[in-house]
This record gives sequence, C-alpha cells and structure tokens, in this order.
Amino acid sequence: MISVKEIVEKLHLEAVSSTRSLDRPVAGGYASDLLSCVMKGAKKDDIWITLQSHVNVIAVASLIGLAAVIMTEGNRPDQETLNRAESEGVTLLLTPRTTYTVVGALNELGIKGNP
Amino acid sequence: MAQVPKFTKIQELIYELPIERVMKKNVVQVSPDTTMTELKEILRVNRISGAPVVEEARLVGVISIEDLIKALVEGDIQAPVRKRMTTQMITVRQDESVIEAVKKFTQYKVGRLLVVNESGGLTGILTGGDITRGLLEAISLDYHAEEISRYRAKHIFEDIVSDQTSLILRYKVKAKDFNSGGRASSKLKRALDRLGAVPEVIRRVAISSYEAEMNLIIHADEGGEIIAELQPEVMRITTIDHGPGIPDVKEAMSLGFSTAPNWIRELGFGAGMGLANIKRCADFMKLESKAGAGTQLDIVIYLRPEATDETSPQGEKPQEPA
Repeated sequence: MISVKEIVEKLHLEAVSSTRSLDRPVAGGYASDLLSCVMKGAKKDDIWITLQSHVNVIAVASLIGLAAVIMTEGNRPDQETLNRAESEGVTLLLTPRTTYTVVGALNELGIKGNP
Repeated sequence: MAQVPKFTKIQELIYELPIERVMKKNVVQVSPDTTMTELKEILRVNRISGAPVVEEARLVGVISIEDLIKALVEGDIQAPVRKRMTTQMITVRQDESVIEAVKKFTQYKVGRLLVVNESGGLTGILTGGDITRGLLEAISLDYHAEEISRYRAKHIFEDIVSDQTSLILRYKVKAKDFNSGGRASSKLKRALDRLGAVPEVIRRVAISSYEAEMNLIIHADEGGEIIAELQPEVMRITTIDHGPGIPDVKEAMSLGFSTAPNWIRELGFGAGMGLANIKRCADFMKLESKAGAGTQLDIVIYLRPEATDETSPQGEKPQEPA
C-alpha cells in the first residue's frame, strides 16, 4: 500500500503538520468540501482532498481516523488549525493545484475511491 | 475494512524520546595526561569501550578501545591519551530526540556520541546499545500504562455492581464556537475506545455525536449540552438546547434541507446531511422540538452490534420522528 510520504514526494506536496506520521499507509481517497459528506463517505486511513482549511477539518479527520488531508488551491491553515492538527496527530498537506488535478494524480498512483 | 499496519510505536518513540532519557550519565572521564596503560585498566574495571577526555572541565577529545588496540600494535602503550585520542568529537544535545542521534551514528559511523547540555558541558555518553535499551524500556512503560488504564476502564461495569450501572458524561457546547467544534465528540470517542468498544461502534458514535455537536454550535442560540449515558450494552446520547427550536421537524430531517447561513456553508457545514448522518449511525433516534422553546435530540447506539437484535424491543429501530 502506498504511504503518505510517497504521495507527498510524487505530488510535490508541502507537509505542514504531524510530519512524523508520513510513513502511514493510505487505503483510499475521498474528495469533498462538505464536512458531513466526509463524515459519511470517507473511511479510516483514507486521504481527504478539500478546499477547506479551517480548524473543523482537523476534528473530522481525527474523528474518522484519516491518513492525511490535502488542502488544495493554495489554501493555508491558520496557526490555531496547525496547533490542533499537531496535537491530534493529523497530517496536513498543501498544494497550489486544484482538487480535480490532485484527485486525478492520486488515481494514477492507484489510490481509488470507495465504491 | 482493510487491516492496515499502523505507524509503529518504535518510530514514534525515536522522534519523541529525548536523548537524556536513554543516555548513560555518570560518565567515566579520563585526563589527557592519563597513559594508555592506565586507560586499559580504567576501561577494564568499568567495563566500558571508550571514554571522553576532559581537561579543566573542558571536553578535548574521545578515546576508545580501538585507539588502545592500535597503540598496543604500534608498541606505543606508554603514550599519554592526548597523543592517541580522537579530537573530532561528534556531540548531540541532551534535549534533542533520539532520531538526531540515530542520524549522527549513520552519518559519522562512530560507536559513541558525546551528549552535551545547552552550554556545551558534557552530561552523558550514548551508544547504539543505550538507544535500544532506552526504547525497549519506554515501550514497556507505555504499553503497561495504556494496558492498565484500558483494563481498568473495560472492567468498570464489572467492578462496580448495581442493578443498573451507568456512566454519565456531560459536555457543554458554546454557540458559534467553531474553533472548539468536535472537542466533545473527540472526548466521547476516546472514552469509548478506553472502554474497549468495537471500532465500528466507535465510528458510529463519533459521527453522530459530531453532527449533534455541530448542530448545537451552528444553530442553538445559547449553545447547549451533550449528555452521554453509557451502560454496559448501550449508549444514549442526548443533546439539549434552549432555542430557537425547529418549526418543522419533518422538513429538518429531509436530506439536503438546511437553514445554515451562507458564511457557515462556506466553512463546509449546512449540507443538510447532519441529521441524516445521525439517523444512519444510530440504532434509534428521536428529534423533538418546539419553535421558540428548544430542541432535544435522543440517540441510542448499541455497543455490541450482535446484541442489537436480541435486546432491541419492537419499535426501537431507526424511525421517522413523529
């Protein structure tokens, strides 16, 4: 199974929090900007791709045990969000690219969505 | 769900443990004027393979059993340590994590690192063996602490006997406090984990309590309260607020219906899925509300999924609110 680290390298992502757990394997992928959709559709050990960059992203990622979160289109989390991510052990990855492009690249790496 | 190997405890510890927790303190030191013959005795008596060389409280080098063997071969055994010691000293700071030491061992291919404090004074010495021993100790400590608290929590319902034992956890939720969103549900999730609930049940509790918590933050005028009552077989989560209340509960339950204002939707809330998510995760759910008065939401989740069918009385199945 591909690790968060390999994704960071192949997609040139910027890892900004909880960078210690980059060896974690990624089971699948999920993309949405609606938190309730993520609560419903994303599974444990998935990677989540979103435009959102506020602190509630961390709560959602931690509650469902996501492997990492990719924030797209250059959105950057504020300090409070970074602190919370660090304390909850949530790995945040940043990219200037769009959600569509990132999902396409992840698919090519073999990361599939839940059926 | 696929079984995924977790990030190992060892990897975590290598980054978290400070060097001072694994290093050898009370380091045997030698002076540069010590002879190699004397050094041989010092190493033998203390059962060590090397020592830092200190002159007037200042670290000036390091001498090892390898240097001693070379001196023996060259017949230079009467030489002072000063002549045979290595002056290239690889140091690490005591407050750095063990990973820094591991990197230096790999980079410099040395057998020992000198550990110094902030002002550069020698406080210890570190070998590969010290790291292995330190990690093993830390792991067993960690393991025991977690095992004990898990064991205690798991047996709480057996240890405390009554006709009906329950544990009540209350969380206050402030209105519009988005920065704290998910805190109550995280704590609830952790409590269930400690109590040894199965992962699928924990996930259902996490999702439904998060949605309920966010509803209080987004909609309730003065916030509200989450009361989770844990019994050996079942968990009841109740959220209560004092307004504004829901004018049409049936409409509120329908998928996609939301009254959240735009600024809240921009944060990714208000998808009109919250109550539907709760309903999907709960074994039983009831939403009661009166416009102008307040709202009460009751959620019931059975902690042992296999027990659901036997213990669930008729009608305690997911249902539409009246």
